[in-house]
Amino acid sequence: MAACSIEDLLAKAEQDEAEKLKSITVQKELDLEFDIGNLVAYDKNRIDIRQFREQKKEDFLRSLARDNTQLLVNEIWKHPTERVEEVIVVKLPEPTTPLPREKPPPKPRPPTKWEEFAKLKGIQKKKKTNLVWDDKVAKNELHRLRNIARAQKIKVPGVGLTPIAQQSKSDLARAVNVAKSSTASAGKFQDRLPKEKAPRNTGKKRKFQPVIGNFSNEKQRQLDLLKVMDSKKPRLDVNKAVNKQMREVDREEAAAKFKKGGKKGRKGGNFSGKGKGGGGKGKGKGRAGGKGQGPPSGKKGAGKPGKR
Amino acid sequence: MRPLTDDETKTMFEKLSKYIGENIKHLVDRPDGTYCFRLHNDRVYYISETILKLATNISRGKLVSVGTCFGKFTKTIKFRLHITALDFLAPYAKFKVWVKPGQEQSFLYGNHVLKSGLGRITENTNQYQGVVVYSMADVPLVSWPSPFTYCPLSNQISQHIALPLHILSIIQSNQSTYSPPPSHTVHYPIKSVNI
Repeated sequence: MAACSIEDLLAKAEQDEAEKLKSITVQKELDLEFDIGNLVAYDKNRIDIRQFREQKKEDFLRSLARDNTQLLVNEIWKHPTERVEEVIVVKLPEPTTPLPREKPPPKPRPPTKWEEFAKLKGIQKKKKTNLVWDDKVAKNELHRLRNIARAQKIKVPGVGLTPIAQQSKSDLARAVNVAKSSTASAGKFQDRLPKEKAPRNTGKKRKFQPVIGNFSNEKQRQLDLLKVMDSKKPRLDVNKAVNKQMREVDREEAAAKFKKGGKKGRKGGNFSGKGKGGGGKGKGKGRAGGKGQGPPSGKKGAGKPGKR
Repeated sequence: MRPLTDDETKTMFEKLSKYIGENIKHLVDRPDGTYCFRLHNDRVYYISETILKLATNISRGKLVSVGTCFGKFTKTIKFRLHITALDFLAPYAKFKVWVKPGQEQSFLYGNHVLKSGLGRITENTNQYQGVVVYSMADVPLVSWPSPFTYCPLSNQISQHIALPLHILSIIQSNQSTYSPPPSHTVHYPIKSVNI
């Protein structure tokens, strides 16, 4: 009927909308602070204690949570959305709340062997400079180009020597030799300067006598060598001479004691034996000390007569 | 094959003179023909002229051995005497040690000659003198692994030693890679020098 007038309809529509909005609008004294990156909302509003006590606590808390969640969701929807696989997704911004560490901080690692050593010696890290000898760079460049040429089978004219800034005597000599032998007949007919000596054999090969050379010459050379070796050995073997002398002395002493001991009998004989042993000991030590050859003087001990 | 250089000859002669002293000149200068030392593959061979001339017809790679091998030069140019040189050293040896028959076999198997096994010894043998060991039948002996011996105690000291078991001739360890195993102990009869 006309009772459903337009005003009523409009009013009803308005009411409906207000109701709708009511569900999504929340009135708060203080606005909430949002950290959408972490999906967090901070509510700093005071809680009315009287109201908290009057209502059932469960209901109060639930309504509070609902309100805050609504505000959070409203805030989330304010951010740009996109559609990913038939799902509407909101791109979250960076989180603003600093969170504490998840795991404990790393312990300082113990120094390595080198680090310890460097600390002990006071070695500091030195950075190498980029400076390099010019000569080497030039030579390196030459070789590099030569390698390229070789790889690509390009013919290059042979270059004898590389340019060197500071040439030593040997370098100059080599340059001269190279220049001299760079003729059609390989330097065979090249005149030498008045005081220039004939070049030594600059090749690396050793030179040996021919297998069947002059036999008598060879024999003579070897005999001469033997003569030289003999001459180097001392003619008088001092050790031998000394020992011979000592032996003579011992023998005389022994002979003298024997004559004496002939009256007393065995006792004298024993003495002479000991005397000989003592003399031998002395001789052994003297000799071993003198001779330089052979095993070390560990053998000296063997010279002592074993006394039982 | 090539002749020895002066340095090499010197080293070799020094080694040889330890055993034969100045008798080396009898090896170098022989009345019955020209003999010479030649080096081939680091080994020194003692050959007569005739054999040498024949040997030059064999290529280097195919030539194994010529004449008598005296020894070889090691990588650091030290000279090692080989047992094949015994034939030439034994007749010229300056200092000799004779071993009793009981000790003979022991020596051939590589043990030192003890004083108890000593039959005779040349007079005036110095300490650490190079000696050649003989059996009582005047046969020069060489043991494996080491062919040549030296005397750690001189002749005179050994006279005063009471204990019979003192080591008298220590075998100079002279390892050669081609030395024969113990089953092939060498027992050379004395040969005349004119081979």
